[in-house]
Amino acid sequence: MTELLEIQDLAVEFVTPIGRVQAVNGISYSVAEGEVVAVVGESGSGKSVSAQATLGLIPQPPGKITSGKIRFRGENLLELDDEAIRQVRGQRVAMIFQEPMTSLNPVLSIGRQLTEAMRLHLGLSKAEADARGIELLSLVGIPDPDRRLVQYPHQFSGGMRQRVMIAMALACEPELIIADEPTTALDVTIQAQILELMKDLSARLGVALIIITHNLGVVARYAHRVNVMYAGRIVERGNADAIYGNPAHPYTVGLLNSVPRMDKPRGSPLEPIPGNPPDPANLAPGCAFAPRCRFATERCVQEVPDFVELADGHAAACFEIEAVRREAAE
Amino acid sequence: MSVANEAVTETAAPLLEVRDLKTHFPVREGFLVFERTVGQVKAVDGVSFSVARGETLGLVGESGCGKTTIGRCILKLVEPTGGEIRFDGKDVSGLEGGELKDFRRRVQAVFQDPYSSLNPRMTVAEIVAEPLLVHGMDKEPGERSRHVAKLLNLCGLPGNIAERYPHEMSGGQRQRVGIARALALNPDFIICDEAVSALDVSIQAQIIRLLEDLREELGLTYLFIGHDLSVVRHICHRVAVMYLGRIVETAECDELFDNPKHPYTKALLEAVPIPDPKIEAERAHSFLAGEVPSPMNPPSGCVFHPRCQLAVAGCREESPELIEYGQGHWAACPRVSAG
Ligand SMILES: Nc1ncnc2c1ncn2[C@@H]1O[C@H](COP(=O)(O)OP(=O)(O)OP(=O)(O)O)[C@@H](O)[C@H]1O
Ligand SMILES: Nc1ncnc2c1ncn2[C@@H]1O[C@H](COP(=O)(O)OP(=O)(O)OP(=O)(O)O)[C@@H](O)[C@H]1O
Ligand SMILES: [Mg+2]
Ligand SMILES: [Mg+2]
Repeated sequence: MTELLEIQDLAVEFVTPIGRVQAVNGISYSVAEGEVVAVVGESGSGKSVSAQATLGLIPQPPGKITSGKIRFRGENLLELDDEAIRQVRGQRVAMIFQEPMTSLNPVLSIGRQLTEAMRLHLGLSKAEADARGIELLSLVGIPDPDRRLVQYPHQFSGGMRQRVMIAMALACEPELIIADEPTTALDVTIQAQILELMKDLSARLGVALIIITHNLGVVARYAHRVNVMYAGRIVERGNADAIYGNPAHPYTVGLLNSVPRMDKPRGSPLEPIPGNPPDPANLAPGCAFAPRCRFATERCVQEVPDFVELADGHAAACFEIEAVRREAAE
Repeated sequence: MSVANEAVTETAAPLLEVRDLKTHFPVREGFLVFERTVGQVKAVDGVSFSVARGETLGLVGESGCGKTTIGRCILKLVEPTGGEIRFDGKDVSGLEGGELKDFRRRVQAVFQDPYSSLNPRMTVAEIVAEPLLVHGMDKEPGERSRHVAKLLNLCGLPGNIAERYPHEMSGGQRQRVGIARALALNPDFIICDEAVSALDVSIQAQIIRLLEDLREELGLTYLFIGHDLSVVRHICHRVAVMYLGRIVETAECDELFDNPKHPYTKALLEAVPIPDPKIEAERAHSFLAGEVPSPMNPPSGCVFHPRCQLAVAGCREESPELIEYGQGHWAACPRVSAG
């Protein structure tokens, strides 16, 4: 596999009235051509910020990229000027944002919003862009696309707005789509439809996909590789089979035990992760998960663990992997 | 469909009984003197169920099917268009004076968004104490603050949180405060409307455990409204599945999840993700086509027919009644065996 995107040692901080917030603290991961990669972690763990950094969307100030490289087909995106990064963003990498309500402009028609980028980046005429807009709307499963093109966002349901966002992301035939919680606000049935649609399009059109989510369960069916984030760092990475079948980091294990499962007998007790996520403005020196971790030792409180390679591409940043594994084996 | 629940509840009088509940909202267009009613949203259209003491009934279905509206009718925040709601044997529409006050004490709610349901200018202690003041309970301040401390402790909150404001807490902590407030008046019945939906999974599991522990300790009865079916399956004894203002299937929890009858229930269950790529790869997924139709303009006959793979011509004409397929297992579809 050739790597399409390679994020190396990315760190982002925000200077806020309450202090310096280490939103992303040295993360590395890569995405191959046509691959579906998931980034999973709880609220505030830095998922959105790391995606925004990729596209030059961090407001600076208060934000600052303090280290790292983001290579897209070998070229470091962090070194591009504003104009060049805008080209990449409009055409080669597209993003679907967390809130479809706020990312569509309420006063412009769906057609206008969908075709604007195509006219700008692909130099299409209005008629050509409209024809392609209709094609895209039907591709994402919106019935009566020609009638829909002249309507406004408020005339669409939440699920349909999210489909429009996908159509917009596909408009300029990007090589990579970053979808930030694309389905969190939607019903399970619509969520399943949308994810299936994205996976299908990714396979058919060869587009690589980064799916950002807080729920490990949602992406099991879709992701090739999974990166689990906690407090600005990746704590475990691996292919989907390893992450779900053989998790090694106590946080990943905790996430998997926190969700009730439809395939398990009813009444199996939940094992919540105790405590609360850490305050990123106030991180302790050691492993950020240590205060909530059953396996934590003196060392965990003092030192940040490095990645331990477990198998091909599967690694976890934890000093107590053996203890975790022993318990899982019992 | 009132018969649907008699099998389950014949042993003891239910705490809550809802019969043929209808809630239609007028849809208005124009403004001022030109404003006129152009139609109706049939948010709830003939729903019957009951909840036994100590039982947790789950209410599930897609966005807009009327779950919250049912909860609001029970709380007497919305006036139903028709039907009857009985709490502990009494019709709630006729309650007045002391009886009404007692009803308001006994029936409480916990909502989805802990942030917007807590007053940002009140401290945690004030928020939890407010219902006590309103109901004239624990009039002596020392007694009141002891009660508040007990409630916070019961909900797993540290005592030093009492003087904080909502914005100074995490989402999970805010939800615990919302639960502590709901428990302040020692209620019997709590409506949990998407009470855990907005929380991170690790925190969601904590709150589910808390709700389960409280149910056991305090003998509470819940109406649990949710859209995450794996959570509903975990916490509920019995489940009612709604579609466009109606109940389309109801059964004991295990029966409903192991042996669903209605094509809509089946589709809902197939859409629930399982966190295991090996299982997912082999699992059947018949994705529901289309979206929930507008309740202002519902389809004729069976409201589910435009999205139903089993639909035949007759489904477009006749609205199906609930049919009993097993003890306490009812589904509003005559074509179940065709699936
Ligand atoms: N513009 C900003 N100014 C200050 N802090 C910020 C800003 N944007 C993000 N942060 C902080 O950076 C951290 C990471 O935020 P991020 O949005 O990446 O989280 P996330 O993992 O996407 O969470 P969620 O699941 O809630 O979307 C958080 O602590 C957040 O408060
Ligand atoms: N006060 C109101 N006036 C007019 N229509 C209303 C009102 N309240 C609710 N509705 C409509 O009634 C229908 C049912 O709404 P309700 O909030 O009960 O759905 P729900 O099942 O709780 O959905 P969700 O899962 O999104 O919370 C919707 O079509 C809604 O738009
Ligand atoms: Mg985010
Ligand atoms: Mg609701």
